[in-house]
Amino acid sequence: MTDVDILIIGGGPAGLAAAIAAHEAGCRNVLLLEREPALGGILRQCIHAGFGMHVFKEDLTGPEYAQRFVRRFHELGLSAQCDTMVLSVTPDREVTAVSPAFGLQHFRAKAIVLAMGCRERTRGALQVPGWRPAGIYPAGQAQRFVNLDGWMPGRRVVILGSGDIGLIMARRMTLEGAKVLACVELMPFSSGLTRNVVQCLDDYGIPLLLSHTVTEIHGRERLEAVTVAQVDAQRKPLPGTDQRFECDTLLLSVGLIPENELSRAAGVRVSEVTCGPLVDEALQTSVPGIFACGNVLHVHDLVDHVTIESTEAGRQAAKYAQGQGEAGIPACQMLQIRDGAGVRGLVPQTVCAGRVADVLPLMFRPAAVFKDAAAVVRLDGEEVLRKRFRILTPGEMVRLVVPKEVLERHAGAGELTVGVEV
Amino acid sequence: MTQNFSDVLVIGAGVVGCAVARELSRYALRVNVLDQAGDVAEGSTKANSAIVHAGYDAVPGTAKACFNVRGNALFEAWCRELEVPFVRNTSLVAAFDDRDLAALEALRLRGARNGVPGLRIITQDEVRALEPNISRAVIGALLAPSGGICCPYGLTFRLAEHAAANGVTFHFERRVVDVARAADGLWQVTTADGGVFRTRAVVNASGLYADELNNTVSAQKLSITPRRGEYLMIDKQYAGTFRATIFQVPTPLGKGVLVSPTVDGTLIVGPTAEDVGDKSDTRTTADGLRKVVESAARVWEQVPAGGVIATFSGLRAHGDRDDFVVGEAPDAPFFFNAAAMESPGLTAAPAVAVWLAEQIGKRLNAQRVTSNVHHTATWKPFREMTDAQRIAAIADDPSYARIVCRCENVTEAEIRAAIRCRIGARTLDGVKRRTRAGMGRCQGGFCTPRIIAILCEELGLKPEQITKFGGGSNLLVTTHGARPATLGLSPERRASSVESREPCHD
Ligand SMILES: Cc1cc2nc3c(=O)[nH]c(=O)nc-3n(C[C@H](O)[C@H](O)[C@H](O)COP(=O)(O)OP(=O)(O)OC[C@H]3O[C@@H](n4cnc5c(N)ncnc54)[C@H](O)[C@@H]3O)c2cc1C
Ligand SMILES: Cc1cc2nc3c(=O)[nH]c(=O)nc-3n(C[C@H](O)[C@H](O)[C@H](O)COP(=O)(O)OP(=O)(O)OC[C@H]3O[C@@H](n4cnc5c(N)ncnc54)[C@H](O)[C@@H]3O)c2cc1C
Repeated sequence: MTDVDILIIGGGPAGLAAAIAAHEAGCRNVLLLEREPALGGILRQCIHAGFGMHVFKEDLTGPEYAQRFVRRFHELGLSAQCDTMVLSVTPDREVTAVSPAFGLQHFRAKAIVLAMGCRERTRGALQVPGWRPAGIYPAGQAQRFVNLDGWMPGRRVVILGSGDIGLIMARRMTLEGAKVLACVELMPFSSGLTRNVVQCLDDYGIPLLLSHTVTEIHGRERLEAVTVAQVDAQRKPLPGTDQRFECDTLLLSVGLIPENELSRAAGVRVSEVTCGPLVDEALQTSVPGIFACGNVLHVHDLVDHVTIESTEAGRQAAKYAQGQGEAGIPACQMLQIRDGAGVRGLVPQTVCAGRVADVLPLMFRPAAVFKDAAAVVRLDGEEVLRKRFRILTPGEMVRLVVPKEVLERHAGAGELTVGVEV
Repeated sequence: MTQNFSDVLVIGAGVVGCAVARELSRYALRVNVLDQAGDVAEGSTKANSAIVHAGYDAVPGTAKACFNVRGNALFEAWCRELEVPFVRNTSLVAAFDDRDLAALEALRLRGARNGVPGLRIITQDEVRALEPNISRAVIGALLAPSGGICCPYGLTFRLAEHAAANGVTFHFERRVVDVARAADGLWQVTTADGGVFRTRAVVNASGLYADELNNTVSAQKLSITPRRGEYLMIDKQYAGTFRATIFQVPTPLGKGVLVSPTVDGTLIVGPTAEDVGDKSDTRTTADGLRKVVESAARVWEQVPAGGVIATFSGLRAHGDRDDFVVGEAPDAPFFFNAAAMESPGLTAAPAVAVWLAEQIGKRLNAQRVTSNVHHTATWKPFREMTDAQRIAAIADDPSYARIVCRCENVTEAEIRAAIRCRIGARTLDGVKRRTRAGMGRCQGGFCTPRIIAILCEELGLKPEQITKFGGGSNLLVTTHGARPATLGLSPERRASSVESREPCHD
């Protein structure tokens, strides 16, 4: 059994930022475990640009963005173990991991940061009927094939779902010489960033078929075609709208699921809305001393937000490990944070107003597309903050900050809601 | 082409063919197995409910009834010997009204006549005590304590492996197109690629196509209709929702939609029953999947739509005689059928195999051999090891410390072993069925590139040559500059591992 102050699970941007922040907060016994052979997380395969606009005010590729943190990580003398799979986490913060270099290892940590990222939803979850041939891949897996392995998954491609990875892959496959026939989206709006719709589909003349879905898969061995149909307001296929696309590849970009199997087994309570742990203002989960950040907490679209969030998680974990967690602060009334109309998946879910440093960041996704709308924060029903947006869409996460003074002014409040008002 | 002689030629490497081959390997006989697919268990054996039926369904006196009950009695010992999972989780048949209760009584009597042990009708309260999550609409049930669950392809693979260890030769991608009596009295079996196999006896274990082979040699014609069953698999997160396999009172088309735990900790819901025209049409349909959910809802009110990790379908080989056709064809001596083996064919397989091997042994005057090797486990899964076993395994082979499938915790050592064994995996699905890599909740999202790389190393193939399940199911297209990622194997070890595999796999 090895004792560490802070154990970080996952070496993507979340884990890296948390480790750096913990070190900067004075923790010297920090260890990061990563199952891939290198640090960087999903960014290793995101060779496109568009990272870092907020944090660095620069337009970086994924690997460049990650590399800045990896370099800083090493400059600080932080230690990471790659090729290491974490197998289990217990509520009293014992961690079992396995790696070819060190075999089976057991750790005991004062604080743990969960930063395991997310996985892609699969065809099974969608229940698309038809054959089960080769040639159907989650878009992120195809991205790995093309960008890390140097393999091409196919030549004529249909993309189901307009999540960012699917959009990015539409462009990537086109640049690699494949023909992308269409991007098919069930909802009447894209679930990806607007800039990705423009830069990855529009610029290459790839049609985006909104309110459409794949209704059948053809081909016994390798995919041969898909049937695409329009859907009604209830998302049921409309008879007579079938189109057949001859293709050898179907990429699925239909959602990401935070990877919380380890968290659940550790007794961490998981939200049904975000599929990530329920956390407080310190990003601490329901298990004391276990913190969560990045895509394991809720799926982000911008890595900059991941970095900001994870820096906070690292700092809070350090405080906890140094014995300055809840103990030092007087117990205070808990605010329950609830999704109001038009809002989904607010994080954090509970807040102790007295422990908020200077601002309370709140993150959520709009439940639908709203034009010229306002996000309104209410404490026990009373409006305390209003921010206007030209457009709100489910594809773009919203981050609001509530100043500490606002919370102090309503010290007795029990419930905070955020709603969208048009 | 080749003049390949054997004493017994088994056509079909499903659970029945492999069980028969394994039992025949106990005799001093030269045994060949042919299959049109690239691997064992590619037919009905890979897509069914995996229930070891108690035996109360079949009409007393039929081959189904007799082999079902005898097969059930053998199953546990077979699985233990071959170190594949088996759980006697019991079966329940749920009743929803008085008519159903009457039907349960009829089933109980029928089961008793078939020799099924311990059948008992239980009350709503007893049902709820056993299965707290069952729908309140269930007002009583037939309890069959001998009902169980197993891993059909795991069993088949180990049967083939054991048979091969005792001298049985397997030939894959050989589709039999003709069986004829040669002038010298031997059977002459021709395959689509022009191969000719001469043999003293034939076992027809060709699943859905067993009618065609039977009809080429026998005037007692047989007709097999493919009857499709569609399923949903539900994530392990819901493990524990039900302990027993829960059936509904049967209908003329079959045993209806069941809800059951699997030996892997997931839940299976299905199947439908629909006659289709094509013996290879294993499509799923929107209609079928909807029916499964609707029908299962009588037992499991809220089948969790978000928990579905996979959908699939399998084809039952439904014979026009409504019974298994097992034994020597009366007008074609030395041609043995194991045909029309629809459900409970998996359950019956051990009993059918033991009985057929005995018949064939007698007819060919073969001695039993005493020098056979016992089954030795090919490898032990990391996920089933204790910490001490893990440490020992890693000390022995560090690739036991590299997790390739993150959902099922399958290690590189297991993947390589699954490729290197006698009846080794050649495809992604072959690896998956032998190790469970890719069968978890992420459905291969994480492990696929790694498994492709290992298959390339072990078999000396390029990534674009790797298939999902043989034939034209290639996973990738040809690219420039493609390189199989190496996972730390030295070139020498890679070369030797390829070489040592070749002779075992025709
Ligand atoms: C295809 C794609 C395109 C994107 N495009 C943009 C963009 O243009 N601009 C932008 O700003 N953002 C973009 N993002 C979003 C951003 O990259 C992600 O939000 C961010 O990478 C999430 O960081 P993370 O550290 O939480 O997760 P990840 O980067 O996924 O890292 C998680 C790490 O944890 C490891 N891990 C998981 N489980 C274990 C375990 N049991 N043991 C050990 N290690 C484990 C994983 O191997 C992984 O390395 C994109 C994301 C994707 C996927
Ligand atoms: C939906 C469904 C649910 C079921 N549920 C259960 C259950 O819960 N319990 C139970 O006991 N049973 C069940 N069964 C029945 C069980 O699956 C079968 O009885 C069993 O798998 C039959 O095995 P087999 O080896 O005879 O056939 P198969 O597995 O179909 O094997 C036949 C093999 O022959 C090969 N072959 C065919 N023609 C040729 C040829 N011309 N040349 C060379 N090779 C050929 C095929 O490639 C195939 O590999 C179910 C079946 C289905 C479809």
